[in-house]
Amino acid sequence: MKIHEYQGKAVLRKFGVKVPDGEPAFTADEAVAIADRLGYPCVVKAQIHAGGRGKGGGVKLAKTRDEVREITSKILGMTLVTHQTGPEGRVVKRVLIEQGMKLEGSREMYLAIVMDRDSQRPVVMASSAGGVDIEETAATNPKAILKQYVDPAAGFQAFQARQIAFGLGLPNTVVGQAVQFIRALYEAFEKTDASLLEINPWLLTADGVLYALDAKINFDDNALDRHPDLKAFRDLDEEDALEVEASKHSLNYIKLPGGNVGCMVNGAGLAMATMDIIKLAGGSPANFLDVGGGASADQIKNAFRILMADTDVKAVFINIFGGILRCDVLAEGVIAAVRDLGVKIPIVVRMKGNNEALGREMLLNSGLPFQTADNMMVAAKKVVAAASGAPAKKAKAKAKPATKAKASAKGGRK
Amino acid sequence: MSVLVGRNTRVIVQGMGKHGTFHAMACREYGTNIVGGITPGKGGTTLEGFPMFNTVHEAVRKTGANCSVIFVPPPGAADAIMEAADANLDLAVCITEGVPVLDMMRASTFLKGRKTRLIGPNCPGIISPGEKCKIGIMPGHIHMGGSVGVVSRSGTLTYEAVGQLTALGIGQSTCIGIGGDPIIGTTHTMALELFNKDRATKAIVMIGEIGGSAEEEAAAYVKAHVKKPVIGFIAGQTAPPGRRMGHAGAIISGGKGTAEEKMKAMRAAGIHVVKSPADMGKMVAKVLGHK
Repeated sequence: MKIHEYQGKAVLRKFGVKVPDGEPAFTADEAVAIADRLGYPCVVKAQIHAGGRGKGGGVKLAKTRDEVREITSKILGMTLVTHQTGPEGRVVKRVLIEQGMKLEGSREMYLAIVMDRDSQRPVVMASSAGGVDIEETAATNPKAILKQYVDPAAGFQAFQARQIAFGLGLPNTVVGQAVQFIRALYEAFEKTDASLLEINPWLLTADGVLYALDAKINFDDNALDRHPDLKAFRDLDEEDALEVEASKHSLNYIKLPGGNVGCMVNGAGLAMATMDIIKLAGGSPANFLDVGGGASADQIKNAFRILMADTDVKAVFINIFGGILRCDVLAEGVIAAVRDLGVKIPIVVRMKGNNEALGREMLLNSGLPFQTADNMMVAAKKVVAAASGAPAKKAKAKAKPATKAKASAKGGRK
Repeated sequence: MSVLVGRNTRVIVQGMGKHGTFHAMACREYGTNIVGGITPGKGGTTLEGFPMFNTVHEAVRKTGANCSVIFVPPPGAADAIMEAADANLDLAVCITEGVPVLDMMRASTFLKGRKTRLIGPNCPGIISPGEKCKIGIMPGHIHMGGSVGVVSRSGTLTYEAVGQLTALGIGQSTCIGIGGDPIIGTTHTMALELFNKDRATKAIVMIGEIGGSAEEEAAAYVKAHVKKPVIGFIAGQTAPPGRRMGHAGAIISGGKGTAEEKMKAMRAAGIHVVKSPADMGKMVAKVLGHK
């Protein structure tokens, strides 16, 4: 889960990480009141879940009360486009009003903690090149990034923080402060079950004080249940409306721009493979949708609701590997959902598992616009043709009795 | 004949809730020797014919179990893994989906230097069809005994591959679902190592997906050590970038993690990579010289 900068800074403050003073505002009046308390100059920062806000015009310095009002009014409601938002951008609904920091004579560095898959442990990373794209530094000069891997049993140690501080060439007078800063940051990472904690820029002011000038935190979704306070930070405005709706029904849905074949699949791997095969068949998948292992009638119906709300979807590919779920039960769920929701577009169903033949027969005899296929590629070709408006070949009601699963079970090694 | 599990595997089930009990029964029906269940507080009772125990230690003492399958819900799953390891089981298979990453990190540290091998979490489990041993949630009936080893990060996509093999009359020695989480006990490389050593395994199917660099490592291992044919597929060729990986994670992996990178590394290692998930079985047949 992602959160806003001001929320991240509130979390860090609790763990003793130094951040500039500031508060969020939802209106220009609120912004002015906060600025009056902080004093001038101050900074107005658009709050969206994406980086690159400064370049996009979402971060401005305000020297007077009038400027705070003017800038806030302009930023609130604007559609901010950055390299992370995609071309459609994000509408800004809240701003952070923050004390202006003196940047003359200061140093901007980079500091982050991330869960590293390869080493299966957290890694603390730092670079003296802050304020810029860290990806760029990583690509052009990977040696400029200092890394300290954390021993999961012992935790992050002071000597590791010292290695980073000296490695960055911080003056001796600041090293103690830096060690405290990094250790506090690590504590925040661990105690909140974060997956990413990024401070960019990490500021050293001219008078030798370290600040987290920006803060980006992602939390491990699997751990949110033990952090109800963090869960409350979720901002649904920042998420795709359909994805939010899907998540309410424990459906894992991701909209893909530009596609027209809706996908409904059980299991994440098969769902990805289904998207792949649609592409290989010459089409374009409209989404990733994992209905979960069970694929109950309710889940199928919820999934159809989500797919039908996407007007780009011109045909639907249902690819379910039944496993324990019986295909006749699945077919019943699909038929009920299509009837109840009045789905009119073509649907290609491929299902594997127990009672496959019966399930297929039920679909084909339902009088609804179903096509079926046994092979994944054949199914993909059918649905791609249907999505591009090709007339469907008349569905044959007579399904051949496919008892492959049974036959093969018998063929097993003795 | 098989790797890790077989006729001599004696399995206990940790977490005999509705889900755990259902699958314990399905495994028993398939032929697996399920010797008991663990639910703290239920020790001394029986459930669906399974003797129940309070702790893994107690179950091991009384049943001689050497393997555990874990259905404990996410908040207690890492604890269950560590309990299995502390009781010196040979194998712990964790089916649970949604275990917090930091919990898994601690559990995986706990496992170091101990005897227990972990499979999962967030996986369908392991099955050796020729030995009638199924430890997990996969549908047993789609499998068939034979000589192809299957290793995969995903559940239903593994079933898809197995279904294709069985339909072509190609049996499997052992199928291992290693799980889709960032921290897992048994990696692609470790599974390949097992299959490489197993005399009964003649070919290996390796199914990966985007993210991390486990497939690249596996490819390097194949290049250096594996003489048996390996058939590979990577799911997520069309996945949008940045949706699953935080960008700081991408830095460490150094640009690794895309399907294209993985397929390239696998091809360079001599792995027979198929682009279409519908061709996994066919490629195995071709490589093995089946019609």
